[in-house]
Amino acid sequence: MKWMALPVIALRDLRRHRLRTFLTALGLIIGISAVIVMVGLGQGARAEVEEQVNRLGQNVVLVFPGSRALGGVSIGGGSANTLTVEDAMAIRDEIPEVVAASPEVRSQTQVIYGRRNWHTRVYGQSPDYLQIRRWPLESGHMFTEEDLANVALVGVVGQTIVEELFEGADPIGETVRIRGVPITVIGVLSRKGMSLMGSVQDDIVILPYTTAFRRISGRSHAMVINVQVYDQHAMTEAQAKITDLLRERHRLGPAQENDFTVQTQQEVLQAATETSRVMTILLASIAAISLFVGGIGIMNVMLVSVSERTREIGLRLSVGARGRDVMAQFLVESVVLCVLGGIGGSLVGIVTTELIAHSAGWPAYFSREAMLAAVSVSASVGIFFGFYPAWKAANLDPIDALRRE
Amino acid sequence: MATVNQDPASGATGRIMIQLDGLRRVYRMESLAVEALRGIDLTLAEGEFAAIMGASGSGKSTLMNILGCLDRPTAGRYLLDGRDVSTFSRDQLARIRNHAIGFVFQDFHLLPRTSALENVELPLLYSSEPLSWKEIHARAREALRVVGLEDRMEHKPAELSGGQQQRVAIARALVTRPRLLLADEPTGNLDSRIGLEIIDMIQRLNREGLTIIMVTHEPDIARAASRIITLRDGHVRLDRSLVPLSVEELAERYREDDIEVDSGQEG
Ligand SMILES: Nc1ncnc2c1ncn2[C@@H]1O[C@H](COP(=O)(O)OP(=O)(O)OP(=O)(O)O)[C@@H](O)[C@H]1O
Ligand SMILES: [Mg+2]
Repeated sequence: MKWMALPVIALRDLRRHRLRTFLTALGLIIGISAVIVMVGLGQGARAEVEEQVNRLGQNVVLVFPGSRALGGVSIGGGSANTLTVEDAMAIRDEIPEVVAASPEVRSQTQVIYGRRNWHTRVYGQSPDYLQIRRWPLESGHMFTEEDLANVALVGVVGQTIVEELFEGADPIGETVRIRGVPITVIGVLSRKGMSLMGSVQDDIVILPYTTAFRRISGRSHAMVINVQVYDQHAMTEAQAKITDLLRERHRLGPAQENDFTVQTQQEVLQAATETSRVMTILLASIAAISLFVGGIGIMNVMLVSVSERTREIGLRLSVGARGRDVMAQFLVESVVLCVLGGIGGSLVGIVTTELIAHSAGWPAYFSREAMLAAVSVSASVGIFFGFYPAWKAANLDPIDALRRE
Repeated sequence: MATVNQDPASGATGRIMIQLDGLRRVYRMESLAVEALRGIDLTLAEGEFAAIMGASGSGKSTLMNILGCLDRPTAGRYLLDGRDVSTFSRDQLARIRNHAIGFVFQDFHLLPRTSALENVELPLLYSSEPLSWKEIHARAREALRVVGLEDRMEHKPAELSGGQQQRVAIARALVTRPRLLLADEPTGNLDSRIGLEIIDMIQRLNREGLTIIMVTHEPDIARAASRIITLRDGHVRLDRSLVPLSVEELAERYREDDIEVDSGQEG
């Protein structure tokens, strides 16, 4: 047989069965793109968590309100009101290993400058915070202990704020309004990164915690206390001392459990990656289900066309096609379909991932492994259900194939 | 229309092309077995034009399928050009079906949603001849021209009448220039005038040397052949050699038959 005849036969056949071709490719597209999106979101979430924890800095201990077991931790929780500003000050002043401490309070809120506004995270921290985070200013200066005492209406802003609110102009000395409170910008934080993660971090306003507590958040308790220890080797020591100190300050009897949790960055990371791993598995299962459903779609379309195909194969055999010619035709067809579906699915997956990343602000990564896995699974389903009946038919006597219902 | 019919044996060389010895075919189903052929002995010379007749269910199509290497006998021997077909591999059979035999099915079996031209090209795609695409198109077009469908090449089967579909099936059978044409009721769906055109074409091909076996249930059509084999219940009942009638003579008979019905028809 003419070798060029194969692709021609296969393409003629795909064209002749446009609807079947489309539905099969659609099954592939849905399965593949679902996997790409889900795995992308899972990996993105995981990376975000790791990034959040990593950016804490190295010798950092975090004190969370409430008691929670390691592994059950959720980052940024803090529902219990057990940590006070005074607790933070006591940790800083009374424990020799501790060099800095900052009680933290966060709000998600609008920041208005002139006619522009931007939704961002507003943090209340102590002046130590930038040292704890190892986050230098790009220009201006950080608020001081005096500002803290005066509940000064000042703050420093991240690069994203400069871009979104000030359109790149120098914001120092300008006044923004946060929940109606006029805040004068006195410093600009350096850029954390060009990555998606980086720009999420740069989307921040930091105020003196007194200002944040009293004027912005309306809360009176810290969500977290960020503590910096002078050396990495003193972490365990510091952890124990903080625990003792807080138990004493909170007047807990020997039988009572801690009403706070002290964790090193390492412990937080462990717990958090555990959580995000669970989430990744969850998303991956959803993806697997979509892939399965897509696979059933392909299977269905293929099986429905088997009887029609069997007769067609019978005819091809009766005009002189050999079994292997028919097989080759079906292989080429499957490959063409898989390439179409694979490309389509990958494109849809990548675009959707990007859209979600941008519109929902949810970081997402494109995962090549996930794409390859999805393409190969859908392709095998497509090839199996397209090829296997064809293979069976091609081994029949032509007249039997022609007679199949 | 063709001129005077020549000696029908002119295409025949006398060389034996087909020989059947005690050919049987049993269809087995869950509970019962149908004996469609119960021992057929038959010899056909190269260049012959034979008609096979018989009541419905007498085994005509079953026999044709075996002759066309589409099906295998349950017992007995089928020698094609002196070689036992049962010794051929599947690929060899495919090659024979492709270039030695042209088969016209009782129910056409055209690929749906496929133009007449592409349907006729189909056997050439599987040909072992080194044909260029140009030659493939040209030969398919030529075959369609022979059956008078040059103006319907791009039509799909669903857009063709039964008779036109029949002619596409004939063009497809002829496109590889086979030595043996097996036609199962090629005029079954045609009115008498078009049926006669087909018969005329078949006679012409036969005069050019093509060996032809044609199933028909119309005695008049069968008279176009030089030999009429009648089957009954899977046996050869009658095997007669006759002087074939020309298309003009056949047309005359039709007119006599239809005189009351088609009194206004022009000649
Ligand atoms: N695939 C099959 N399975 C079972 N029985 C079959 C099959 N094909 C044919 N038969 C039986 O074999 C016998 C011969 O059938 P065949 O099709 O050869 O008849 P035929 O002479 O071509 O009839 P017709 O003139 O109606 O086309 C019939 O009794 C039929 O029922
Ligand atoms: Mg029949």
